[in-house]
Amino acid sequence: MTNSIMAQLQQEHTITVLVENHPGVLARVAGLFARRGYNIESLAVSVTDRPEVSRMTIVVGGDLRVLEQITKQLNKLVEVLKVVDYSETAAVERELALIKVNSEAKDRAEIMQIVEIFRARIIDMSDKTFIIEVTGSTDKLDKITGLLSGYGIRELVRTGIIAMARGSKTASRAGRDAAE
Amino acid sequence: MKLSGAQILLECLRQEGVTHIFGYPGGSVLPIYDAIFDCHDIKHILVRHEQGAAHMADGFARSTGKVGVCLATSGPGATNLVTGIATAYMDSIPMVAITGQVRTTAIGKDAFQEADITGITMPITKHNFLVKRVEDLANALAEAFHIARTGRPGPVLVDIPLDVSKNLIEFDVKADYPSLISIPSYRPAGPSGRVPELQIRKAAQLIAEAERPVLYVGGGAVASGAQAEVTALAEKTNILVTTTLLGKGSLDETHPLSIGMLGMHGTAYANHAVNQSDLLIAVGARFDDRVTGNVDKFATGAKVIHIDIDPAEIGKVIQPDVPIVGDVKAILTELLKLVAPRPASDWNDQIMEWKRRFPLIYPDDGQLYAEHAIEKLSALFDHDCIMATDVGQHQMWAAQYFKCRRTRQWITSGGLGTMGFGLPAAIGAAFANPDKRVVCLSGDGSFQMMTQELMTATVYGLPVIALIVNNKSLGMVRQWQEMFYEERYSQVDLQASPDFVKLVEAYGGVGFRARTPDELDEVLQKAKAITDRPVVIDCLIPTSENVYPMIPSGQTVDEMLVKTDLEAAKASVHADGEEWSFSAEEAVLSHYVEAVNAAQQEKAQ
Repeated sequence: MTNSIMAQLQQEHTITVLVENHPGVLARVAGLFARRGYNIESLAVSVTDRPEVSRMTIVVGGDLRVLEQITKQLNKLVEVLKVVDYSETAAVERELALIKVNSEAKDRAEIMQIVEIFRARIIDMSDKTFIIEVTGSTDKLDKITGLLSGYGIRELVRTGIIAMARGSKTASRAGRDAAE
Repeated sequence: MKLSGAQILLECLRQEGVTHIFGYPGGSVLPIYDAIFDCHDIKHILVRHEQGAAHMADGFARSTGKVGVCLATSGPGATNLVTGIATAYMDSIPMVAITGQVRTTAIGKDAFQEADITGITMPITKHNFLVKRVEDLANALAEAFHIARTGRPGPVLVDIPLDVSKNLIEFDVKADYPSLISIPSYRPAGPSGRVPELQIRKAAQLIAEAERPVLYVGGGAVASGAQAEVTALAEKTNILVTTTLLGKGSLDETHPLSIGMLGMHGTAYANHAVNQSDLLIAVGARFDDRVTGNVDKFATGAKVIHIDIDPAEIGKVIQPDVPIVGDVKAILTELLKLVAPRPASDWNDQIMEWKRRFPLIYPDDGQLYAEHAIEKLSALFDHDCIMATDVGQHQMWAAQYFKCRRTRQWITSGGLGTMGFGLPAAIGAAFANPDKRVVCLSGDGSFQMMTQELMTATVYGLPVIALIVNNKSLGMVRQWQEMFYEERYSQVDLQASPDFVKLVEAYGGVGFRARTPDELDEVLQKAKAITDRPVVIDCLIPTSENVYPMIPSGQTVDEMLVKTDLEAAKASVHADGEEWSFSAEEAVLSHYVEAVNAAQQEKAQ
């Protein structure tokens, strides 16, 4: 198999999982990934427009066969309402990062320039540090993190990817239909 | 009327038609046991170990298709159920396990006898519940039974804290017990659902085009109650049927179209047939590694139709050409309408030729072998008894030699391979089938894992016959050490075992010992006459016997020759560098056949 095909097969997939908002449901999903040997690259969980439904956005690594198994195994969990795979769909993916970076007086202007170029924001400032908030794709976050690392990053936190299909298609609508 | 959680539990079990609870009391289930004290329509079976309770519920379920119910207290009681629950999970057996839990206010505080049993059983249950309010109990139980028995069946655990079973609420079972369950996120295929017609048409087309088809039938056909449909399909198309360990009985194994079990210890002819087939019709089977061996070399020339109720089984191991998701019985019913009758072909003749060349045969030299025991036991009850087994060599011999006439007659731990399963499972089946004799085939290793349940059989007057094929060793491990670990027999010697005859007598049952086939005939007759207590028959068989269907009848192959030959076979297997595959097995087979032929020629000269 050529490298390009390998690369294509070993890609990352973003899936959205709508689940009943019950205690323990995150453990069920996480446990499924662990025991079946699937890799979670990123995981974000939140409420939705409906309080009884939670939404998980999971980035998984693996080929299409692994992705198919993950989807099917997730669907077997009694509390999983719906699994949506965004590999084949046009979708918006976003991640947020908070970066605490050293800001010595001589560097401040430069850092602020980077912040501006990346449309990030400085949301906290001390005599030695900035906290920078930045939103965007994983790639964008990686880039700004790379640039800022030269000044010394003291702390970094990222939310993990959340995703939504472009256009009028909705995952939660489908979940709602299933629930009704 | 105000009822306690414990009383509500029993009301709900009544609604579900539960007749037997296998359980063991303890601190966190005291309110439940207090309610059981007044309950006379549901029979509570007091076991001697919670694992026994889980296996009994399992045996009850396997022999009837109903949901088995077991009950244990919190902490160690609950963890003792774990092996039994995992056993049921691996084999898709409907079961509801009810556990006590420490009071809700103590949960998470490392209270006495606290264990996070919902956390522990998450990967070995289809679903589980921790009921935190008595108001939620009835719903949780209704959902538990619904989930356990629908779709691909499986065990469900309901964890009930002490205060939840104590608290009183206004409860009217008719009004408050949900008769129709609708879980938005759980919609399994069922017998009455729509069947995928297009896929079934494609399957019929493949069957029409196939020259060398084989039906490969698993536990899904048993769960779905599709014996009649499997039989009809086989007869209409003259396609030979091999079953998995759990699919036994899906076609009467004395039927001319039955070629027995396939896989690691399956019949040589079934394995040859599957391996050279051009169409494999998998019916409620999951391409387990014990069936396929090396997947890359498994039935490489075959197109695959895969029928399964669980979509996640499709493509898990083998990518089928025609996947069909749904209830086996419903799908086969449709498929039967579409397939054209086929006459028996050269392919059928070819398989029969393999059957003649590699028959299931064992020596007839006056010695007692496990195979005798199985055939005699089966014949004793006109092949209508329920056979439970433990795990090991005896299980494989039983799979080869016990001819199932129907489904639910064969009770064995397939997926998990749980030693100690046999006796309690047989007891569970005996409770469910008072009109049938239940036998348990065990080994000297397995039997010692659940011996205490003999007491349960004695107390309830169950005439379960446990036949131990005693080779004074852990035979299956010994066999593997012989073949793959240069005969370095590590920790498999069981010369030091209790006297099984005296042991069963101590438990209030009857014990017999048999050393020869004739002795066995004699004690089997005596055992049959005992109808009010358990019987253990200790059958002494040779230690060195391996599970291989290779030695022709009436030919006593010189032991040295077999051993030498085995060496060569082992060498060839090792050279292959694989754990197990058809090619490895074929190598072993051909070496045996050569050796036997040589011995015959020598004799003739």
